[in-house]
Amino acid sequence: MSARVGVVQFPGTNCELDVMWAIEQLGGEAELCWHADATVNGVDAVVVPGGFAHGDYLRTGALARFSPVMTAVREFAAAGGPVVGICNGFQVLTEAQLLPGALQKNAGLKFLCETVDLRVETASTVLTNACEVGDVLRVPINHFEGNYVCDADTLDALRAEDRIVVRYVENPNGSLDDIAGICNEDRNVVGLMPHPERASDVMLGSSDGVVLLRSLLAAAGARAAV
Amino acid sequence: MTSFSARVEVSHRPGIADPAGATVERALPALGYTNVTQVHIGKVITLVVEAADAEAARAQVEEMCERLLANPVIESYEVSVSALEPAP
Repeated sequence: MSARVGVVQFPGTNCELDVMWAIEQLGGEAELCWHADATVNGVDAVVVPGGFAHGDYLRTGALARFSPVMTAVREFAAAGGPVVGICNGFQVLTEAQLLPGALQKNAGLKFLCETVDLRVETASTVLTNACEVGDVLRVPINHFEGNYVCDADTLDALRAEDRIVVRYVENPNGSLDDIAGICNEDRNVVGLMPHPERASDVMLGSSDGVVLLRSLLAAAGARAAV
Repeated sequence: MTSFSARVEVSHRPGIADPAGATVERALPALGYTNVTQVHIGKVITLVVEAADAEAARAQVEEMCERLLANPVIESYEVSVSALEPAP
């Protein structure tokens, strides 16, 4: 039985179909989880995809945090379920306090849409378990608010606990300590600004995101087997 | 119950970069304003609340700030409350 991945859809989400396509290409089953439903339908992993949830009004992710589905995502995460937030999904997870810190406007005040090099910093997360530390992956970014910030104590904890998951090789947005993605203490919730689903086939210019999505499917499969 | 007008000013916490403010600060000298520093850009949220008194209104708006209107990780806020004039 293949792993089932729930892909959360808020009003304004726009990467959900890309994520589902990439998951299905890799042999997973993908289904949408509508934001107004307070359930993730018993899936084995959850992706909060990119876009502009609730129009990003007030702050990115601020309103999405209160959608009923987020209660279910929070419970799923607390039970150890793999949760990955991509781009706007990362912003939603920080606002929901499933991940520490916040994402603010890029240092150069430009919307960035380019392919960047990411260095994998830890292989013990639900998104990087099939990677080697030090792997460099070419993955697109597409954001205006990707500039990660947190207080000094949080940064110390992220470093000490090996919770910086991926770093930019060349920092495009002013992000603190070149952070492109982080995980929670239990390592089952990961947020990152780059889009693995947009690097999921050579036809798209890079297939380096596949190893990340395979990692997620492996984590989902392990959970499905329990 | 009385109607109170509340004004919330949300700004970056000290030490948190304000890229928009920094960009405007760099632009002003081009217009001849060479004596300007410390430009910060925040946002203003106004609302009307029904409450027993001004303190109750303020307490409720501050709770809204903590839960939604501001992100305490990067933003600070100031709340001011005043009674609305009754309609004539």
